[in-house]
Amino acid sequence: MIPLAKLLEAALFASARPIPADELSALAPEVSPAEIASALDTLREHYDVDGHGVELAEIGGGWQILTRAEYTEAIERAQLAARPQRLSAAALETLAIIAYRQPIGRTEVEEIRGVAVGSILKSLQERALIDVVGRAEGLGRPLLYGTTSLFLEQFALRHLEELPRADELAIALRPSPQPL
Amino acid sequence: MSTETITMAGAPMDGSAPAPGVEPDELRVPAPEPVTPVGFFVDLPAFAGPLDLLLSLIRDEKVDIYDIPIARIAKQFLLRIRVLPLNDAAEYLELAARLLRIKAQMLLPRHGEAETWEDPRAELVRRLLEYQQMREVVDILERRGDERRSRFARAYLPEAGELALAPLSLSLGELLTAVDRILRVTKEPTVHTVVARTLDVAGAISLVRSLIVTRRNARWGELVARDAEPWQILSMLLALLELAKLGELRLAQPRPFASVEIEYDSTGETA
Repeated sequence: MIPLAKLLEAALFASARPIPADELSALAPEVSPAEIASALDTLREHYDVDGHGVELAEIGGGWQILTRAEYTEAIERAQLAARPQRLSAAALETLAIIAYRQPIGRTEVEEIRGVAVGSILKSLQERALIDVVGRAEGLGRPLLYGTTSLFLEQFALRHLEELPRADELAIALRPSPQPL
Repeated sequence: MSTETITMAGAPMDGSAPAPGVEPDELRVPAPEPVTPVGFFVDLPAFAGPLDLLLSLIRDEKVDIYDIPIARIAKQFLLRIRVLPLNDAAEYLELAARLLRIKAQMLLPRHGEAETWEDPRAELVRRLLEYQQMREVVDILERRGDERRSRFARAYLPEAGELALAPLSLSLGELLTAVDRILRVTKEPTVHTVVARTLDVAGAISLVRSLIVTRRNARWGELVARDAEPWQILSMLLALLELAKLGELRLAQPRPFASVEIEYDSTGETA
């Protein structure tokens, strides 16, 4: 492997979070983004072709070294690491609405789901999957929520645009509601 | 368009006070009219909310979402929620009330042109479609989440309490043997006598004073020997603080963990 790919490998290994490409560039300021991209390709190929227990994944707007899925069970059985817990159906519904409609207030989420979501918003916020991104105009200036980079990370999304567009889903969404 | 109607027993759906003599149970169970045999038992907690239940009814009944036979669906809906405890039922009841209202609106004679007539079901259909769309996103998220969960990143710390320890299997005999073994190998306890050492702050003060007058400045390292006893270090520290308080010297530390610099304060002398 070329030295740049090794440098990137070392940095990715050292980090617990996905590293965005521009932060990787900071490792070698004299190198162009294109060279970084090609070094990342080299590294990914190296893992894929030479047969490694890890792989290079593009996730949450950055790059991350992950263990391959086939070893997950063994790792978990040996209690070396634990998988993050699954979200409840209610939490997932709430998260889905926020992902598509952000920034969105609590009442709008409740209108779509047809149930109260106060406590779910709180726990999603505690898990850092959503955050308050602003306040709506109007009475009471209600809080507006949006998804975080951890959300992208935990759902293996490169960016929000990777989710199907609303009009690509079976049924077209209604036009975005008026701000509160 | 179906013309069936819904019979409601004395259960007020608008939350007004129950009529006297009405069992609380009847509040949440509207009109158990001779029940056409319920095909199957539905576990309500499995539904994420009233819209979820309604959608699944529409699927089960194989009806067109753009032309929902409101009476039939409403009847099914009420049948399914009769087992809910009142607390959980509020959101379901709200939707049930909405269904009945739509049914009532549809029974009203239509005046005027056909084009201006707005289907009272339109709003419900819109909400259902929107909800259905969101469910599709949930499926996607669920799939992607599982995909990510099946791979570990570096330093994925186990969440607290997730890896529960296996229960101990230990018999009383084993425990007693262990206690016995420990008692046998344990020697007599060693008793330490703690001697209180008095600090010599006055001595340290005179030492610093004599040094600072000739040297004008000094470092902590020069005042305290490397092999100083704790009481000597403490005495010196208290002495320096005392002298600084009296204004005879200034203490400074250029950066964290650097040696403390002691400087003779000429202004303090006159004060």
